Amino acid sequence: MSRQSLTKAHAKISELTWEPTFATPATRFGTDYTFEKAPKKDPLKQIMRSYFPMEEEKDNRVFGAMDGAIRGNMFRQVQQRWLEWQKLFLSIIPFPEISAARAMPMAIDAVPNPEIHNGLAVQMIDEVRHSTIQMNLKKLYMNNYIDPAGFDMTEKAFANNYAGTIGRQFGEGFITGDAITASNIYLTVVAETAFTNTLFVAMPDEAAANGDYLLPTVFHSVQSDESRHISNGYSILLMALADERNRPLLERDLRYAWWNNHCVVDAAIGTFIEYGTKDRRKDRESYAEMWRRWIYDDYYRSYLLPLEKYGLVIPHDLVEEAWNRITNKFYVHETARFFATGWLANYWRIDPMTDTDFEWFEDKYPGWYSRFGKWWEAYNRLRYPGKNKPIAFEDVGYEYPHRCWTCMVPCMIREDMVMEKVDGQWRTYCSETCAWTDIKAFRPEYEGRDTPNMGRLTGHREWETLHHNKDYSEIIQDLGYVRDDGKTLIPQPHLELDDPKKLWTVDDMKGNVFMSPNILLNEMTDDERAAWATAYRANDNICRV
Amino acid sequence: MADSPVAAPTKRSFPRVEFTDSEAGALEFPSSKSRTYNYFKPAKLRATVYEDVTVDVQPDPDRYLTQGWIYGFGDGPGGYPHDWTAAKSSNWHQFLDPNEEWEQTIFRNNAAVVRQINLCLENAKRANAYDHWNAPWSKFVAQNLGAWMHAENGLALHVFTSIQRSCPSNMINNAVAVNAAHKMRFAQELALFNLDLSESHLEFDGSAHKEAWQNGSEWQPTRKVVEELTATGDWCELLFATNVVFEQLVGQLFRSELMMQVSARNGDYITPTIVGAGENDYNRDSSYTRVLFQLLVQDEKFGASNKELFGTWMTKWVPRCLDAANAMQPIWSQPADKVRTYAESFQSAKEKFTQMLEEIGLDAPKELNQ
Repeated sequence: MSRQSLTKAHAKISELTWEPTFATPATRFGTDYTFEKAPKKDPLKQIMRSYFPMEEEKDNRVFGAMDGAIRGNMFRQVQQRWLEWQKLFLSIIPFPEISAARAMPMAIDAVPNPEIHNGLAVQMIDEVRHSTIQMNLKKLYMNNYIDPAGFDMTEKAFANNYAGTIGRQFGEGFITGDAITASNIYLTVVAETAFTNTLFVAMPDEAAANGDYLLPTVFHSVQSDESRHISNGYSILLMALADERNRPLLERDLRYAWWNNHCVVDAAIGTFIEYGTKDRRKDRESYAEMWRRWIYDDYYRSYLLPLEKYGLVIPHDLVEEAWNRITNKFYVHETARFFATGWLANYWRIDPMTDTDFEWFEDKYPGWYSRFGKWWEAYNRLRYPGKNKPIAFEDVGYEYPHRCWTCMVPCMIREDMVMEKVDGQWRTYCSETCAWTDIKAFRPEYEGRDTPNMGRLTGHREWETLHHNKDYSEIIQDLGYVRDDGKTLIPQPHLELDDPKKLWTVDDMKGNVFMSPNILLNEMTDDERAAWATAYRANDNICRV
Repeated sequence: MADSPVAAPTKRSFPRVEFTDSEAGALEFPSSKSRTYNYFKPAKLRATVYEDVTVDVQPDPDRYLTQGWIYGFGDGPGGYPHDWTAAKSSNWHQFLDPNEEWEQTIFRNNAAVVRQINLCLENAKRANAYDHWNAPWSKFVAQNLGAWMHAENGLALHVFTSIQRSCPSNMINNAVAVNAAHKMRFAQELALFNLDLSESHLEFDGSAHKEAWQNGSEWQPTRKVVEELTATGDWCELLFATNVVFEQLVGQLFRSELMMQVSARNGDYITPTIVGAGENDYNRDSSYTRVLFQLLVQDEKFGASNKELFGTWMTKWVPRCLDAANAMQPIWSQPADKVRTYAESFQSAKEKFTQMLEEIGLDAPKELNQ
């Protein structure tokens, strides 16, 4: 502020609100939370007069870097292994951003505090910025990177792909259901405050190590807005804590939001960082080490734990279990193997792992080779068409996993799989917490209390159901993941573009019939199903071929 | 003095640069030249940046979304259901913002406006521009321009911000979000102008706006319409009632047909700069509004029913806005130098309203001339 102090200016701006007497704003999006006893203050004090020039300056830096990257031939040194994963990441992330914009009026509707409405509306504009700046970055990649296939169909692929749907929770979850659950706890208190650290800081760091300095340029610019969003979320959280009636809902929502964010974000970003990099320095932080720093120390210990003094019940057990899954249960590595098993259902290519990668993984995650080494060797061996089927249809000792009905990431930690008949249908869940989310949390009643505003899990939640019992050559043409010669696939299980014989085509997919695990599960007799579940949980799924 | 021990140099670790030859054109292979987003048909031969960064970013079961919305509300489907408005479209995605607003335009344009206003206000202070204001004008600005800033802020936070949750496509969503930003910025500029005046040598009551807006007889019907707008659930009705009806009959009437006309004659060259920026915002925002409602009126399948619907919306909102406009009539007499009568201003506002309706393809409602 040049002319008035920020405090005076903000005080003046707060005079713009008034108490309506003719009609009150429509409550379009309900909440089961109450804010009658809430303290009212705006932590943000953002004023449009300073906001627009500040963001313009940030933009100028971003666009300057983009010009520089082109002039400096950045793509001469970009690792294809890395940029292929950006076809997935950048197809997903603009949607959560713009969904966050859509979430802001839900928070404004639900929180009767004009002081904070200003900050929420500013966040809305930030999110429009983030969504379109990310789309523009993707366009630059498409124009300048060696293989544009996958970038060129980005939003269509996002909408019809299994991984796109998993990512879509990180977006739809912001704008649907109870307004506070969605726009505050899930979006701001957990997703933005905890997981944007790995999304927008840790991952861009890895991009730079792989020759791509534009991802850090754009995403650090995005992240610089997030601190204001975190303040919005914290402020509403404190308001909610002022009313005892909100505590069971806060406890429920923190458990759901924490666990869902872990399931979705750690699966995706962990894979991008660990399997998208060529940087195998031993002193380079692993995803687990990054997680420990950014999420466990910076978020859990510095942000969540202090809230205990307000009486908030923190999901310590779920934080520890997430850490346990990342370190001891190989969650990220199971996810990467699943992505690579299903390479033919992707719109990006996945580079095989090499001995150098193996050595690094074993160093960072002891026991990695005995669990995954042989499988990646098989992936490498089966990477070309002609003599073999895609690895998903070959017997390499890997049982295709069932999906978690809640988080939609497959149930890859076999021993933790939960099977229940819910709403007349047999469903599988990756964990007890995901089962609880569907069976207990997303319901119109919670622990004896009416929760009519809570959301519902809807849609065709198992992607495979849509393609059950079809030949894969038909499926991939339906999906549109075919290059402009009409036959070569966009996805490939390697990065070699120099020889057409190495590239899989629609014809190579013929004769491979795709089945939905969930449909098959529901067709079993009770005895068959029980036997299947026991065997599924017992299968260590270690490739010994 | 003994030498302090020298720490052994730490070995720096950094990633190795590797030339990968991953530039476009390094190899030819299927799709190696596929360098346009191919899932939508651009309006012209080549897609604009705006189209590239906006179209289809939010999925839709009517487009490519195969698994449907994966979260629902307690009482209905998730996403942005089409029945959140009574208006119907054969293809909501057909709408493209004529202003082509995206990240870069939003901040460039608004930062330019902010700088323009800042310069104007700084120069006004240096030139002691407020010293020449007469008392009636000072009171006029304190009360009436002060009251108006509430309307702008209410529309920003509870009308346009709200619409952008409920509207069905990303292109509508982005345009409306920018509209909300315009309104917020304009309302805040008016408030900070009010603060400047309060801190100047001028005899200026910086709190008079509250009483005028909350209780002043000239402003109660306007406040009533604004509050009724915020209480409206149908997003398309809200957009129509605000940007087509209220903004034409009340907003432009006050901003363009009063403030922009009389300020200079009353020794005030600052207000037109600030209010002019608001007028410029509305000019942009009315452009996208016009295009959207033209599409709905011209829709082959639903055009006729939409026209009928918009007619009912006008029946509801035009009288309310006329009440608001007419109640403001006394303020035309308050400045010392009255260069324009209310009748002239109101006639001009009605003509512009009628013209906008014609451009959309709607008939002027009979209520307009009653």
